[in-house]
Amino acid sequence: MLELKNLSFTVENEDGSGSLDIIEGLDLTIPDGKFVVITGPNGGGKSTLAKLIMGIEQPTGGQILYNGTDITNMSITDRAKLGIGYAFQQPPRFKGLTVRSLLSLAAGKELPEDECCSYLTRVGLCSMDYLNREVDNSLSGGEVKRIEIATLMARHLDLAIYDEPEAGIDLWSFAMLVDTFKKLAKNDTNSVIIISHQERIMQLADEIIVLANGKVQSQGPKDEIFPKLLTEFGSFSNECTLRGEGK
Amino acid sequence: MELKDFKFDSTLTPTDQHMLREIADMIGTPDGAFNIRKNGEGVVKSSTDNIEIRQKADKPGIDIIIKPFTVAEKVHIPVIITDSGVQETVYNDFYIGEGANVEIVAGCGIHNCGDGDSKHDGIHSFHIGKNAIVKYVEKHYGDGDGNGKRIMNPTTVVNMDEGSYCEMDMVQIKGVDSTYRKTEANLADNAKIYVLERLMTHGKQEAKTDMVVNLNGEGSSAQIISRTVGKDDSVQVFYPNAVGNNACHAHVQCDSIIMDNAKISSIPAISANHPDAQVIHEAAIGKINSDQLIKLETFGMSEEEAEDIIIQGFLK
Repeated sequence: MLELKNLSFTVENEDGSGSLDIIEGLDLTIPDGKFVVITGPNGGGKSTLAKLIMGIEQPTGGQILYNGTDITNMSITDRAKLGIGYAFQQPPRFKGLTVRSLLSLAAGKELPEDECCSYLTRVGLCSMDYLNREVDNSLSGGEVKRIEIATLMARHLDLAIYDEPEAGIDLWSFAMLVDTFKKLAKNDTNSVIIISHQERIMQLADEIIVLANGKVQSQGPKDEIFPKLLTEFGSFSNECTLRGEGK
Repeated sequence: MELKDFKFDSTLTPTDQHMLREIADMIGTPDGAFNIRKNGEGVVKSSTDNIEIRQKADKPGIDIIIKPFTVAEKVHIPVIITDSGVQETVYNDFYIGEGANVEIVAGCGIHNCGDGDSKHDGIHSFHIGKNAIVKYVEKHYGDGDGNGKRIMNPTTVVNMDEGSYCEMDMVQIKGVDSTYRKTEANLADNAKIYVLERLMTHGKQEAKTDMVVNLNGEGSSAQIISRTVGKDDSVQVFYPNAVGNNACHAHVQCDSIIMDNAKISSIPAISANHPDAQVIHEAAIGKINSDQLIKLETFGMSEEEAEDIIIQGFLK
């Protein structure tokens, strides 16, 4: 179970004119086995919240508890060892590292070819074309993004955080990705947090959290929150879905 | 020494064997032709029906003569220096016949446990015949805990006939205090060269590279890739120069990772002396991207482990 208690993240303005609250006194509990979608307007603090949970950013106030342990000051490495993982919205590239090596590094062991292939297939990549390719600039943004998602699958995480997995992925591959997440959603032992604007991903959620101005604007079961979002933002949301946007 | 008198395990000390493994992946007597040079003299050489290794009469070094249309054969010509203070200049000339397809494994290892500087200057010239294919692998390595420096200054000149192809993989990862590497390639019509240079410097090491590729022939092409990592207080200077003298294509790419207090200069030069010459250069120097480190940390690695993985991959 993940518990965020009065969590805050404040940054100083570059011109020294004061500070800006990105996350403001956030209280949130995510029970085990839940598939949670965090959505909300741009600049609302969604990506920052994901980074705070992974330890990529340090909160300026409050506490993060994971299975009862205070991990607020724990390093990224130690949180990873507890079974927490994070998929970048814009994943880094690695010159000289092949897709197969990256998946093996994610798994923490040399992965057999068929296992690597199954992860790649699940994110819509034809595995034999990609296994020995380097994760460098020769891959498109969408390809790198799918490989990023495959690395999380290879880790078999207790808590997986995906920051806008749909961003940069074409509509055809997106359909396959939704199927993959659908399978993840059925698994009731591991928790998944997905930051997303996509209706089709929100529809998979057990719970939806709407984050705006660094605060939880609304939170509840999908069947309760999703219709409200459609009423409130229906036309905008549909437009985003059609354009494949999500930033 | 003739091959019949040579026993890999008894003629070579464990240090010799360690160095040969490091620089030429040699474990036991290699297949094909070979010549092992140790502390300033050849200790063993072996020719085959198609590849003749001949001691030079007028200066230190060997001629390697590969018959036309020799296919799928290898030549190993490693050099090791294990006595402190040995300094030598060695001339090796390769004559690769028309249509041959061979792999040449060179390499130099200096083990210096004394106070004298040890130095190997290898002057290599390649004459690659029409339509021949050559893969050349050269690894430079140093170790030993003496105060004497380990110095290597290789000069390589590659003359390529029509339609020939040369792939050069040159590596210096560890232990060489000072290196000044000079490479020149001259390409005839439709000749192609691919050069991958990988280098890591640490401590107070210095590395300088001058490389000139003259694309003289119509349809010739060159791809030069340099990947380097500079650590500690080391200094690296690169001066790649691609010269298009005909309708040709050349691509030079230099990437460096800079760490600690290292200094790296990449000074590219590209020239076109023909309207159909396409010559491109890309260069980048920068520290390890923090997102790369974070990504690997999210796999449960420490920052140091992540750094090692990134460097190993970059120099692979």
